[in-house]
Amino acid sequence: MNNDVSAVVEVHELNKTFGNAGSETVALSGINLSIRPGELVSLIGPSGCGKSTLLRVIGDLTRPTSGTIEVNGKSATRARTDRDYGMVFQAPVLFDWRTIEANVGLPLEIIDMPKARRAQRIADMLALVELSDFARHHPWQLSGGMQQRAAIARALAFEPRLLLMDEPFGALDEMTRERMNTELLRIWEQTGTTIVFVTHSIPEAVFLSSRVVVMSARPGRITKIIEVDLPRPRSDETRTLDGYFELITEVREGLKSGHVAGTTS
Amino acid sequence: MTRHVRYYLPAIAVFIGGILLWEVAVRALHIQRFLLPPPSDIATALITNRDLLLQAGATTLLEAVGGFAIGLTGGLAVAFATARFALARGALMPFAIAANAIPIIAFAPIMNAWFGVTSPVSKMMIVAMLVFFPVMINTVRGLTSADAASLELMRSYAASEREILTRVRIPSALPYFFTAIKVAATLSLIGAIVGEYFGGATVALGRIIVESASFLRFAQAWSAIIVAAALGIGFYLIIIGIERIAMPWHASMRGRT
Repeated sequence: MNNDVSAVVEVHELNKTFGNAGSETVALSGINLSIRPGELVSLIGPSGCGKSTLLRVIGDLTRPTSGTIEVNGKSATRARTDRDYGMVFQAPVLFDWRTIEANVGLPLEIIDMPKARRAQRIADMLALVELSDFARHHPWQLSGGMQQRAAIARALAFEPRLLLMDEPFGALDEMTRERMNTELLRIWEQTGTTIVFVTHSIPEAVFLSSRVVVMSARPGRITKIIEVDLPRPRSDETRTLDGYFELITEVREGLKSGHVAGTTS
Repeated sequence: MTRHVRYYLPAIAVFIGGILLWEVAVRALHIQRFLLPPPSDIATALITNRDLLLQAGATTLLEAVGGFAIGLTGGLAVAFATARFALARGALMPFAIAANAIPIIAFAPIMNAWFGVTSPVSKMMIVAMLVFFPVMINTVRGLTSADAASLELMRSYAASEREILTRVRIPSALPYFFTAIKVAATLSLIGAIVGEYFGGATVALGRIIVESASFLRFAQAWSAIIVAAALGIGFYLIIIGIERIAMPWHASMRGRT
């Protein structure tokens, strides 16, 4: 894979091991991945396959043991200090002492955005995730799905070029999760942000993604990359298409073969 | 308002009932008044000695509040310095926790000797020692209590240490801090009064309690105890008031109007 400067994320021969020599665990092995601008790429795999670790390496929350990673043509650390990232975790990580609008405005305070612009930006973001009526509420007054929408609004507040999402809807019930998936696609289409999305849900990965990166465990590596060519905009109708079911089967087969390969190696 | 009255009604009833029972029991069982004076005698002593008690209360309160302020400032200063550096924390915390477990009040005579038995400074130093350790330990725990995800979120914003401190660590520490200063408020009056038991200015609550008791003027001793109790409760309530203003968001404050 040659270095494509137009790629948002360029990962080359990346390895990550945890622990000391002798008792080390190989979390990621020989990862090569290139993510183009405006893509929504899912990382899927069994627990322990390193999908979250890969996301954290991309986000400079942890360093790779070897290999290179470039984000927007820069090192991951540089990209982080340039505030190229928006992050959404499995837990919303909203601060109880701040109202929803103050939580959404937190990254804007840190980049010293003037107050008037900040207020406008917060209002826009809350409108985007349809939480305008809850601006003055505190996090605990909102449902889990609403809290996660607030977290997404916060992540998008300073218009990051790359949105990293680590199982953001993993704690939500199935109905809420499907609604949030549709919401996320609407937001993605409106903002054009590149998204890397970690999940262990096959339907979620297929429904959302431009490409699904299938990973296997021990050591964590990429077994297959599946192009998802389902028509956009996607809706509940998408979930009834034959192509949707074929892709779900393809991802499932990919996970299985990765599992077999993982156990025999 | 009526809801508040109804909420507190059982407690008020128990209080008045308890006082009446005390009064009746002392009279009916012919308990000797110097052993347990009835509430009416204590009330009389409160009224007749009010000037003395007010002056004594002011002296003791000054010692308690002064010592509280010293201990609080010291505890916070050390906590912030310690929380910042893991090495210092590892080196200091075991000693702080050990010191917090020993009966610091036992140092009262030593403090009296060091800072002058009649000087309020000796009592303030006892109080400061009592206040210092819980404030310091809890504040360090609070400042280091922020969860990993919150810190990673701040890291993803490339936030500075100062921003992490003011926006995450300090708010996370507030519940720990208030738990500590509620304990410290009570400890500060204990420290001041027990310090006075070992000697001090004559017009102070601890001195009045000790001297009245040794001359078997128990009603007077009780009247000073009542003043000390009132000061303790008042101090505690002020801290709770500050707590409600400082962290209305906290789970323990929710649903209050």
